[in-house]
Amino acid sequence: MHAFMKRWAGVALAGAALVAGLPAESAAKTEIQFWHAMTAVLGERVGEIAAKFNASQGEYEVRAVYKGSYPDTLNAAIAAYRAKQPPHVVQVFEVGTQTMLSSGAVYPVHQLMKDHGIAIDWADLFGPVKSYYSTGGNLSSMAFNSSTPILFYNKDLFKKAGLPDRAPATWDEVEAAARKLVAAGVKCGYGTAWPSWVLMENMHAYHDQPFADRSNGFDGLATALRINGAFGVKMMELLARGAREGWFMYGGRLNKGEALMGGGECGVFTTSSAYIGNLTRASEGKFTWGTGPLPRLGGFPQGNSIIGGATLWVLKGARPAEYKGVAQFFKHLASTENQAWWAGVTGYLPISNAAVKAMEASGHFPKHPQQRTALVQMAAGRTTPNSQGIRLGNFNSVRDAIEEQMENIFAGKKTPKQGLDDAVAKANDILKEFAALYK
Amino acid sequence: MKRTVFPNRWLPYALVAPQVAITLGFFFWPAFDSLRLSLYRASPFGDRLMWVGLWNFERLAGDEAYLRSALTSFVFSFVVTLVGLALALLLASLANAKIRGLTVYRSLLLWPYGIAPAVAGIIWLFIFHPSYGILPYLLAFVTAYQFNWFLKGWVALALVIVAAIWKQFGYNLAFYLAGLQAIETAVLEAASVDGAGPIRRFFAITFPLLSPVTFFLFTLNMTFAFFDTFGLIHSVTQGGPGDATSILVYRAWKDGFEGLQLGLSAAQSVILMALVIGLTALQFRYAEKRVTY
Repeated sequence: MHAFMKRWAGVALAGAALVAGLPAESAAKTEIQFWHAMTAVLGERVGEIAAKFNASQGEYEVRAVYKGSYPDTLNAAIAAYRAKQPPHVVQVFEVGTQTMLSSGAVYPVHQLMKDHGIAIDWADLFGPVKSYYSTGGNLSSMAFNSSTPILFYNKDLFKKAGLPDRAPATWDEVEAAARKLVAAGVKCGYGTAWPSWVLMENMHAYHDQPFADRSNGFDGLATALRINGAFGVKMMELLARGAREGWFMYGGRLNKGEALMGGGECGVFTTSSAYIGNLTRASEGKFTWGTGPLPRLGGFPQGNSIIGGATLWVLKGARPAEYKGVAQFFKHLASTENQAWWAGVTGYLPISNAAVKAMEASGHFPKHPQQRTALVQMAAGRTTPNSQGIRLGNFNSVRDAIEEQMENIFAGKKTPKQGLDDAVAKANDILKEFAALYK
Repeated sequence: MKRTVFPNRWLPYALVAPQVAITLGFFFWPAFDSLRLSLYRASPFGDRLMWVGLWNFERLAGDEAYLRSALTSFVFSFVVTLVGLALALLLASLANAKIRGLTVYRSLLLWPYGIAPAVAGIIWLFIFHPSYGILPYLLAFVTAYQFNWFLKGWVALALVIVAAIWKQFGYNLAFYLAGLQAIETAVLEAASVDGAGPIRRFFAITFPLLSPVTFFLFTLNMTFAFFDTFGLIHSVTQGGPGDATSILVYRAWKDGFEGLQLGLSAAQSVILMALVIGLTALQFRYAEKRVTY
């Protein structure tokens, strides 16, 4: 027994020495936890940008940790915050914005930068990004990965159906093209990913139609959706007809529909501009494709498309020295050089005008013309109270309620009006619960 | 019943202590916590906690979608359990016959149980996915039927039911095989001597003698279908299309962890807890009387 104890004590001591020895070299460095939800290539890029920062100075060590999907990452941060062990920086998707703003757990980014004497030219931020994430003109979280939906089309299938090599610009043209495609034997004339984000949220903003009350939640907590109006119904009638007549193929929620486009089965497709990278890889040697701005619905005014993606939030509860490091890290992220690099390798929007200029100057856009489509689309739009963004409490549940009814509408189980009315009723309950929490 | 007597007064308590601690820590504590949380409206970050009494339960009772989800859960669980058990019993009877290569069949039939529900879901996706699944691809050659369960609720429900049955099949089969082997061949032989055919023998002797196994499997399969199919639903349908495959446990998770409505989610888990306790109690009260050990 004694010898046994001694041996194990030895092992334990050796282990302790090892553990104690490991951080010795980095002990001088202040560690900054950065939780994110970027997978595959995107995850590697996040790692690279953190490594670049770590190599650039000797004081701070940013640890980029993948925490799962966007909801998973937010949940992990919430659990950690409640256990008083929050990460310094957490990446939260755009639908979590109101939840974060209301949480009281956030150290606003503009404040953080001001407190640490770091000047960032906020005025140079890309307008739609700035409007989506600002409160009273100040950025609450650090803009990071932003994208907007655009239209993709399969050039090979267009040729097969005898269509001109040009992106359809209106929904009438989308329908006409999709019909021809299906008649030529194409499985999916038109398809989409992110049903609510593309077809409801963006289409309303793109046509300057209100999505929710109080300027889509920018002038106070929204308590009612507005999507069952004339515009929403018209949009859903078009798609319900498309599903019934076979020229619109529904591909599922989230980005699941992208499998249809990537597999070369869709003629026309709408999804995030950030899909460019994946589509480039999926289509290599198989088919060629092009992009264009989102299609417009005749008879409604011009607004602008809105962004999706995520921003970086700084959580309360860390030490001043650590916040200093976070501010330095954000300065690193906001540099024109890093912005241009990040947008170039990922397909996300460059978030500052300086980065756009740098990408033009370096010849990136001429080489990757598809990456310019989203910028052109947004630059052509008008920022109005309906198109600056959408900010809802429990937005994830609201989106879910909408997509549930969209599926019922596409399946012909409900009329567009009935489905949208039901979605609004359910969503309003969710919004009221959230508002009751923060009244 | 055999009574074990320990020489030391404390030893038995010490032996059960870890189990009790685990149950207290991982079952009772969270259970009471959800009971408490179900009476509040709680903010995601925990900074606001408002007492709302039974409001969360009222919301659920008045929510048509929740009642539909309860119905879906019961249909799902009963079909999974009844069809699953019937199939397992049928195949166990066949696998119990003296045929060549029996051990191979048995091992193959047991395999699916070794697969985690989420992994099983992914496998099924690769077979049935409307855009990259192999089955819809092959179907397209022979028929114009569009196998798109993204839009057809009942097809999606049938798909997860079949997947759940397949997943649980090996487990049921193992128990039925063991049960069948425990039946005295002398009894069955006596019956055949008296002129009873195979079907008569099955219903008059085998099935009643298997009733403890059936009873046990019924309870376990119901709990499996109610709770453990979460991973399967999550990977195959995410509760959709519409809410066609949104069973109670999936909704509770979704409202809590994707929707961040913690009070509402807690209320749902309390209801689930009550349902399963009730179901199990009912089974023990009524079904056990019919069981012959």
